[in-house]
Amino acid sequence: MTQDDIYQKVKATLVDALNRDDDEVTPSSRLQADLGAESIDFLDIVFRLEREFGIKIPRGELFPESIFQGDPSLVAGGKITDKGLAELRDKMPFADPAEMDKFAADPKLDNMGDLFTVNLIVRYLKSKLGV
Amino acid sequence: MRWIWIDRFTNFESKKTATAVKSLSHAEDHFGEHFPGFPVMPAALILEGLAQTGGILVGESSNFQEKVVLAKVPNAKFYREAMPGEQLTYTTDVIDLRPEGSVVKGRVTSGDDLIAEAEIFFAYLDQSRSAQLFGDHNFVFSGELKYLLGLAQRAALGDGQKA
Repeated sequence: MTQDDIYQKVKATLVDALNRDDDEVTPSSRLQADLGAESIDFLDIVFRLEREFGIKIPRGELFPESIFQGDPSLVAGGKITDKGLAELRDKMPFADPAEMDKFAADPKLDNMGDLFTVNLIVRYLKSKLGV
Repeated sequence: MRWIWIDRFTNFESKKTATAVKSLSHAEDHFGEHFPGFPVMPAALILEGLAQTGGILVGESSNFQEKVVLAKVPNAKFYREAMPGEQLTYTTDVIDLRPEGSVVKGRVTSGDDLIAEAEIFFAYLDQSRSAQLFGDHNFVFSGELKYLLGLAQRAALGDGQKA
């Protein structure tokens, strides 16, 4: 399976899960801001990817949740702390380093959703499938 | 109005599939207004019957310990109207049954006619949060649903085909 195969399957999955048109989904689309995903959609997407790719995605592996749990050492004043950023990088080794650096420059919790892009899912699956 | 949109289960296989039927009576309130002179069952209520069938299927899998709530209908298609006098058959099959949530695929038929198809995603209310808000009472599976649930459980035990 090539990267493009993965991308096409991810795209089809998101078209189904989020009821979007084919041309609305691009590699850089952000799931929340661009494609309108809500919290339950993330679970739906994970379930669909598991079925589509025949894999198991442990809870929080693709979309880490711990950072959202209001731990004051990870999030303070609406921003992710240095410790939180370290944890995020640790939990999301598959994230695009450039995207992560961009987020780290202004780590507002509100912006965290911008990390969750179509490309992120493709990168995650690449690492998961060993492509 | 009594919020129960299935009449009884005709088949129940735990963690796999459930089938329920619903006979449509012209006396039901919704037919009066939807629409005057042209009574057809509102599609949302057809979906509710399918969700109750699937919700009990999902709830039974954890012995009704979880508060199962409809979280999302990723897609639903309606092929024709359902009218008074018809009997709808709701069939739901488990696609995913997980601690985080469950998915069922359902179809609604009347005789040989396909009326609707839908996928339904159920989530579970967080136990501690739900206890704060509602106490220990399981408000999802109570009253009329509980009665049906008894029928479903009997069906699950294999003696409930005509329960």
